[in-house]
Formats: sequence, structure tokens, C-alpha cells
Amino acid sequence: MGATILMPALSPTMTEGKLSRWLKKEGDAVKSGDVLAEIETDKATMEVEAVDEGTITKILVAEGTEGVQVNAAIAELDGGDGSAAPAGDTSTPANAQGSKPATPQQPESNATQQGGSVGQVAKAAEDHAQVAAKGAQEREGVDAQPKAPSSEPEKDWGPTKAITVREALRDAMALEMRADKDVFLMGEEVAQYQGAYKISQGLLDEFGPKRVLDMPITEYGFTGMAVGAALAGLKPIVEFMTFNFSMQAIDHIINSAAKTLYMSGGQLGSPIVFRGPNGAAARVAAQHSQDYTSWYAHVPGLKVIAPWSSADAKGLLRAAIRDPNPVVFLENEILYGQTFECPTAEDFILPIGKAKVEREGKDVTIVAYSIMVGLAMQAAEEMAKAGIEAEVINLRTIRPLDIETVLNSVKKTNRLVTVEEGWAFANVGGEVAMQVIEGAFDYLDAPPVRVAGLDVPMPYAANLEKLALPTVAQVVEAARKVTYK
Amino acid sequence: MALGTDSAAKRRGNGKESPPSAGHNQDLLAKAYREMLLIRRFEEKAGQLYGMGLIGGFCHLYIGQEAVVVGMQMTLKEGDQVITSYRDHGHMLATGMEARGVMAELTGRIGGYSKGKGGSMHMFSREKGFYGGHGIVAAQVPLGLGLAFHNWYKENGQVALAYFGEGASNQGQVFESFNLAALLKLPCIFIIENNRYGMGTSVERASASKDLSQNGAPWGIPGEKVNGMDVLAVKEAGERAVAHCREGKGPYLLEMQTYRYRGHSMSDPAKYRTREEVQGMRENSDPIEQVRKLLLEQGRSEAELKAVDDEVKAIVQDSAEFAQSSPEPDESELWTDVVLPSPVDAQSMKMETR
Repeated sequence: MGATILMPALSPTMTEGKLSRWLKKEGDAVKSGDVLAEIETDKATMEVEAVDEGTITKILVAEGTEGVQVNAAIAELDGGDGSAAPAGDTSTPANAQGSKPATPQQPESNATQQGGSVGQVAKAAEDHAQVAAKGAQEREGVDAQPKAPSSEPEKDWGPTKAITVREALRDAMALEMRADKDVFLMGEEVAQYQGAYKISQGLLDEFGPKRVLDMPITEYGFTGMAVGAALAGLKPIVEFMTFNFSMQAIDHIINSAAKTLYMSGGQLGSPIVFRGPNGAAARVAAQHSQDYTSWYAHVPGLKVIAPWSSADAKGLLRAAIRDPNPVVFLENEILYGQTFECPTAEDFILPIGKAKVEREGKDVTIVAYSIMVGLAMQAAEEMAKAGIEAEVINLRTIRPLDIETVLNSVKKTNRLVTVEEGWAFANVGGEVAMQVIEGAFDYLDAPPVRVAGLDVPMPYAANLEKLALPTVAQVVEAARKVTYK
Repeated sequence: MALGTDSAAKRRGNGKESPPSAGHNQDLLAKAYREMLLIRRFEEKAGQLYGMGLIGGFCHLYIGQEAVVVGMQMTLKEGDQVITSYRDHGHMLATGMEARGVMAELTGRIGGYSKGKGGSMHMFSREKGFYGGHGIVAAQVPLGLGLAFHNWYKENGQVALAYFGEGASNQGQVFESFNLAALLKLPCIFIIENNRYGMGTSVERASASKDLSQNGAPWGIPGEKVNGMDVLAVKEAGERAVAHCREGKGPYLLEMQTYRYRGHSMSDPAKYRTREEVQGMRENSDPIEQVRKLLLEQGRSEAELKAVDDEVKAIVQDSAEFAQSSPEPDESELWTDVVLPSPVDAQSMKMETR
């Protein structure tokens, strides 16, 4: 059986090349691995190796020829049994029977295929836009990004009790660990030390050292290990002493946890929670004071939660642990000791992807998350004294974002202020404002305003640190600006 | 660091003499021959399809290294797990994944293991215990340790194999994994596939460690240097490692001395080594030729081996045809498998209807 040797593509971007030199001539016998020719690609000079054995019966392209198209026939090979390649057979170099003619495949939307005309590129961009638009509609469906539940009133969970955020987080973990033996907690100082911030107090005693594991200071390694365990079916809770240290492990959070479900065609999910304090603490300076919310919220495949109250912390952490996807759960150190009313019902849980209207108002919508919800509530009280009624929305979940609740509010108030600790550039407030512009532009009576952390690394000095973070006065001022009052 | 030829005397690990190869089950040798040949032919076909523009992006071929994964796979039981880097087609075939599904993933078609969404570097099969296919150099090492953690947590007696190249062996997360594995005594076999070049950088230019098999020594991880061109030597060393792990003694490290015949990826002109070096390895140390010789010495006929060749060629040809006839994924696939449905979302829907 004979075959035709084709001009190979030797790089992802090669469409043609120069056949610079033949190392075999007509009549030469070749065996697998022999170098047949040298080809200059768009990147380098490459050797073309024989795949099949046989004798070269004919060289079709002389050496020195430039601009030889990929998949053009360059030589004919007698497959060793004396039969020449059938005329007009331009398929694979060997074993070509039954295979389709070798049409180089160049999907229009494949950005790696260079050499197309400007028109083709524009067409490809257009196709891409159409596909994206179609997908945007479809992702409202069940199979894609989960739709944030509509803003129906909170379920009434019955009696409540005042507990700290710290207690709420611990109770949530304990409840889920009791319910599911595959759930375990690992991190630095979570077991014998009882938690660097005492979140895991008592868990070692109840669940033992196999389910509450102290880790050495090796975030990259233990985060990778936890993701591997999740891929195998366990449900790890990884505590970062603070999210600043998650930067050591962010490759596993994004490349290993968030993307594997997609890259495996839906086979391998990562049911894992990454939790710990995020954002500014107090007087610990730049390396220990950063809000990573917008970093993680950027990534498809992750869910990102930033609770404020004890009820948020308990209800959402339980939901995060049960969620089959990787969840980044961003707590706040200063909130740990604060006390809020929290439902006592054994089955209390909150859905991911649903914001909460913490305070109703008609004049301006203030959107915040985590500790900034408290600041927004204080600002709303201040404004009420001046006759401005602010509606405060606690986002609770950043991804998937419950934009519907925000839009409904803005359609009522016609004004938007966002508040967060993170730097303004590419932050959550910027995303919320853009989605409001896309979804309720005609309802806006003023440009949205962002209140954000100042665009500097967090300073240590007490006075400077105070200046770098959002204040009640700034929120009030922003509300005045958008209400023209 | 010269690699051994096929002589049985060189087939040893860590000073232990290996039993003579004649004592080996012929069926086992025949199986190794077929498995290695399948990988070789599959990779050659993949190289061809790449040359035809049917496979895009990166494509890292396993040609030359077949004995490593085939020998190790012979030591495993059902339920054991395997994880590796992006040079992964051989591992998939060795774990029993279908050639059709692998080749169709390379061409980006719906019939591929990841529905065309992962490509050459990202394929998985939970059913076959294959956990990827990872594109970030060395990330699969702590992930593989996580598979071993799962086994330890579940007390199921299974072991996890984490393969990585000698280039990856310098990554910090590999050493973090050694520490964690030894600390928790996890059933993980670390396998360094030392093919001498991390892309274009030779091992001598990348590792100050002169003996990679001892890289786990500071953590008390036993290590062996193995002739990775000899499938029986690999199997014997693998059996020691697996037994160690199954007995609950913690991790084990194997440095497989091997060689890749092709470039790092398809677009690598491989100017960092001589043609003679490559040709020398092919002629003197080829893992498939060694087993072929043994089989002939043991009385197999040329015709019998030819029948195996033909069977393997047919499988590969069928996979190539399937990989071209399977359609590209539907546009709707763009938006699937991003996140899994959440049970708590479902509960919130129930709340709405109350």
C-alpha cells in the first residue's frame, strides 16, 4: 500500500513553509523516524521525520521551493509491498484507506490560525459575538450559570438568637461535618491551636484529627492536595489563615479547581470550599490587608461569597459546603466578634446567588458586601436624619451576582452607590454599575458612584490607614451627589 | 547517565537483583508489547494528524517513553488512580481509555473524552482512574497527592500514581508534596519521568541534584533509579513501590530514566541535542524492540507479532477516522459544564412555591 507524503504543519500557526532540503532522494528506502527533509516554518527550521516505512518513488516538490502549502503532496512513498500510491490520493501518508481527503481544517473562529484575510478575521469576530450572545441567553438555563433566584421575600426561619459571626461559622461547619462524613477541615492551626482566629474552636474534639487537620505552612502544596481530594470525591474545607496567603495557592484555586469541570467535559467537579478572613484587618499593613473579592469573582467556574451578618455566615457557609462547585468564601476578621440575630432552626440555610435588601428606601440604592454592609447601614441612618431614604443591598454572593435585586431597587430609586474596601480599578462596584447601566440605563437619574479603598497599598500608620478605607461620611457624600442634595 | 540496553543484568533497582526475564510470564510480555505498540502507533498517527492541521495548539508526544507507563500500569489494581502532566496520551491508553475518545479530543470533536473542550493536555476518565492531563507544570503532583489523601481518608487500600517530568521536579510544590506525603504517610507513588530535557534545557542545566531518585530522601521517602526503557525493570520497581504504599508505609519515589524521541511539542526543532543521540537511543534502547526480541527468543513467531501490529494499526486507524468524522461540539456546549447545579439553589426554588 503506497501513500503520499504531505507538507506537514509543524507549529500551531503554520499555513505554509519552505521546503529547504531533501535528505532522501527518489529510490531511497526510509524507515520510521528517518529524517526526510528540512522545512522552514514561520518559527524555525524543522526536520520532517518519516512515519511509515517504504521507498520514495517520487519527489513532487523540489528543495528550495518556498510557500509550499500545508497538506500539499511533497513526495510519494511505496509502502514496501511494491504498490505505488493511487493517483489522486492525497490523503494521509500511510494507512489512508477509508479516511477522508485531507482538507486542512481551519475553523473561522480559531484565533490561532493566522494568515486569514482581514475580512475573515472580522467574520470570525462576528461569529464569536453571535455565539456569545446566544450563550448569554442560554446561560439563563439550568445547565449553564445558575440564575440568581428572584427577589422574593426571605423565608421566615422562625426564632432567632444573637450569636457572633465566629460562632455562626463554626456551627455551620460542625453541622455539615455531622451530616456528611466526606466533609473535613484543613488549614494552618485549625486543629490543636483551635484556629488562628478561633473559628474552628472545639471541632478537633468532636471530629478527631482525621477530619480536622493541621497543615504545615505550605499553601501551594496543601491547596493542591485538597483540590485533588475534591476531584476524587471528598469535600474539603480549606482555611487560609488570611486570603492574602491564598496568593501562594491561587493557581490551584483557578487552574485546578475552577477549570477542571469544563476541561473534563463535565466529568470532574471540585466540591471544595476555600475560606478565611479577607480584606483589611487593623494595623497590619499592605501585605495583610487586601480585598480579593474582585480577583476571584472574575473567574468562571468559581462561586464567590462574602457574608456580613451571622445569619449570612451560617446559612451561606452551609450552602457552600453542600455546593458541588469550588466556592471562595470571604470572611472578615473584624466581623468575627460582632453579634447578630441568627435563626436557630436546625435546617437553616441560605441560597447562594441571592442578595438581601437589608433596609428599604426610595431615594438611593447602596450596594455593598461583607463589612461594608455595616458601613452602608450606618450611612443610611445618617442620611435618614437629612431626609434621604437609602435602600441598602447586601450582595452576600458576588458570583453568581444577583443583579435582579439590584436592578429592581435602582428602578425604584433611580440612583446607585456601591461601597467596598477593594481598590476601585476593575472592582465589584464597577461591575455592578456596568450591569445596571446595561439593564436599567433609562432609569438612572445620575451617574453611579463608587466608594472604594484608595488606590494605594494599605499603610500601617493609624491615621493613614483610616484615610485609605471607605468611611460613613464618604458614603453619605456619594449619596448626596447622586441625589443632588 | 547512560541508559542501559536490554540486558537483564542491568535490570535492577536500588541494588536488588531482578529475576531473569525468561521467568516472566509470556502473556505479560505480550501484553506489554501490545500496549506499548498501541501508544507508539497512536502517537505517530497523532503527529500525522497534527501535520495535517487536524490537531491544533500544543501536542506533546510520548514516543520513546512507553515502557514507563505500561510497566507501572501492570502493578495496579482497579480503583488505583493515575495523574500526569500534558504529555498524557500514553497514560490514557495505558489506563484503558478508548483510542477513539482520546484521538477525537485531540481533534476537538464532540466524541472526545472532554467533548472537545479540553484538548491534548486535558482529558480525564474517573471510570478508568485517570485524573488528567494537567497543563501547569507540576500542578499534578499535589493534586495526585490529594488522590492519595482520598485513599487514606477512605482507608480503601488504593494507591495514587503522580507522574511528572524531571523539569517539573524542581518546582516548589513538588517538595511541598514530598513533605506532606511523608508527614501524613499517604499512599502516593511519585514518578519522575526523566527524559533528560525539560523542553530545551537538559537536566544537568536545570537540577543541582545529581540523583533525582534521592530528592525525597530528606523526608525519608525511599527512592529508586529505574531503567525506564525496560518495561520489566519498571514493573519490578513499581511492584516494590506499590507494596510499600499498600502496606501503609507512606510515599515512594521512582526516577524513570527514559527518553523522548520527538521534540518537546510538535513545534520544537530540537536543536539542543544531536541527531546521533536520538538515533542511538532508538537503535540501542528502544523499549518496544527490546520486548519484541525477548518474545521472539521465547518462541513467538514473526507472524504472531505481525498480527499484533495489524490489530494495533487497525485500532489507531479507526480512532483517526472517528476523530475526523465525529462532529465539532455544538455551539451550545460553549456554556455547559461551567458549574454544576447546586442543591441549595433547588431548595430556594422550593421556598418560592411554599
